[in-house]
Amino acid sequence: MNELLNLLKQNALESPENLAKLLGTTVEDVKTQIADFEKEGVIRAYQAVVNEEKLDASLVTTVIEVKVAPESEGGFDRIADRISKFPEVDSCFLMSGGFDLLLFIKGRTMHDAFSFVSEKLSTMPGVMSTATHFMMKTYKQNGIVMHTGDDDERLKVSP
Amino acid sequence: MNDSKSLHSKISKVVNEIPRSGIRDFFEIVSSREDVISLGIGEPDFVTPWHIREAATVALERGLTSYTSNMGLLSLRRGISQYVEKKTGIHYKPEDEVLVTVGVSEGLDLAVRALIEPGDEVLYHEPSYVSYNPLIQFAYGKPVAIQTKKENGFRLTREDLEANVSDKSKVLLLNYPNNPTGAALSKENVEDIAAFCIEHDLIVLTDEIYDELTYDKEHYSIISVPGMCERTIYLHGFSKAWAMTGFRMGFTCAPPELTEAMMKIHQYTMLCAPILSQEASVEALKSADTDIAYMKAEYKKRRNYIHASFEEMGIPCIYPDGAFYAFADISKFGMTSKEFALKLLDEQNVACVPGTAFGACGEGFIRCSYATSLEEIKEAMVRMARFIEKL
Repeated sequence: MNELLNLLKQNALESPENLAKLLGTTVEDVKTQIADFEKEGVIRAYQAVVNEEKLDASLVTTVIEVKVAPESEGGFDRIADRISKFPEVDSCFLMSGGFDLLLFIKGRTMHDAFSFVSEKLSTMPGVMSTATHFMMKTYKQNGIVMHTGDDDERLKVSP
Repeated sequence: MNDSKSLHSKISKVVNEIPRSGIRDFFEIVSSREDVISLGIGEPDFVTPWHIREAATVALERGLTSYTSNMGLLSLRRGISQYVEKKTGIHYKPEDEVLVTVGVSEGLDLAVRALIEPGDEVLYHEPSYVSYNPLIQFAYGKPVAIQTKKENGFRLTREDLEANVSDKSKVLLLNYPNNPTGAALSKENVEDIAAFCIEHDLIVLTDEIYDELTYDKEHYSIISVPGMCERTIYLHGFSKAWAMTGFRMGFTCAPPELTEAMMKIHQYTMLCAPILSQEASVEALKSADTDIAYMKAEYKKRRNYIHASFEEMGIPCIYPDGAFYAFADISKFGMTSKEFALKLLDEQNVACVPGTAFGACGEGFIRCSYATSLEEIKEAMVRMARFIEKL
């Protein structure tokens, strides 16, 4: 992947000045490249990776496997689009294997997830069946290990 | 009962006369302080890639806890032979030309002891890694330090060699990419040095531990020059490129006669390298390209950052082509390297190593390692700028 994108994926708050230094290029060049990525839709958004377990009222994440009937026109895309429009749906992927769509749902309680599945998802035309799992703990997300506090065990000065 | 003075007199003269490493003293000072950002660390900040650690764990679970052949596991020597051939085009026979050692440090010691008679001169270039000079003295050789020059980017030149060679010169010890200067040699530089060594019938010990960390140019090994592998001991290891310092794994590649000579010393002093480390290294060689590429890309960004930061501060720093060190010229501040480093530590809690720890010609320089996280490097550079503003 493009080095600039790699750096932004690690830290989207990195300043153009620092990015220019890291890549051995000019600030102008970095700004132009970022603007182009945004315009082309390569960069879709900038978000914080939140360790929700550290929050008092953490969200419940539910993972749902969905079997759907593909439509003659549009295949899986139309139904996947419709499902993705629900604000409860955090991510939606088309999968190979025993089911078709994999959804990640965020809610405040398990009940939120339950009502989404029973009232909105299962009743949708084209949805044939669902299997719902609750996520218990996040160890690593977006390449970032969630637990903190690994000390540097190296000697402070070495030859 | 001996008192400490009489015990001191019992210690061998050569050991007594060699001072302990300047880095050691500095380490004591830094260790006594809290919250220091250290640019003084000469080892990768990455943990060994997971699949390599896992291989070591599996080896332990399988009960691989024995000695190995003195030379090292044949499977490892085969892997090393292929790895070196891919890089340099030179084939070393795994059976009698590859020796697995406990780090390059042991390899160097073996090479020097295998070759040196009392009084033989060993040419090496300074600033240099701290162990070269003492190792030569431990072997009763005569170290001849060639002072490389800032104007030449600390690259060893033919002129430097001409000025230092004598009829007692037997060995040239090379280390590029270089610790502490970050200098690397071009193909032309290497060919010049090789021609000189052939003319003067010198044996070359080439410590290429940092060769994978060459950022802008291709590394070119002296063994690739026709006529050189016959007179060279090639030293390499897993510490830097695979972030495996604690595994203590190195190796030598050399003609059978030289390998046999080194093996004798290794056999009677070390017996063999630890089997778990050897098993881990077998695994390391299986995916050399991907492991190294990732770390190298990270170091390169940090190299760019630290170099650009020094430029911004108006501190000249030779462009570091390789290894993970920036050698910054702080002579304009009118302090010795040691004074500068101590004051920087005292006022801003940033540790770097005074250039003089690597030889007298390191005066006026500090070595800043960028084998530390980008966040730390950024903060260190902010503090450094604050520090020099007040000077």
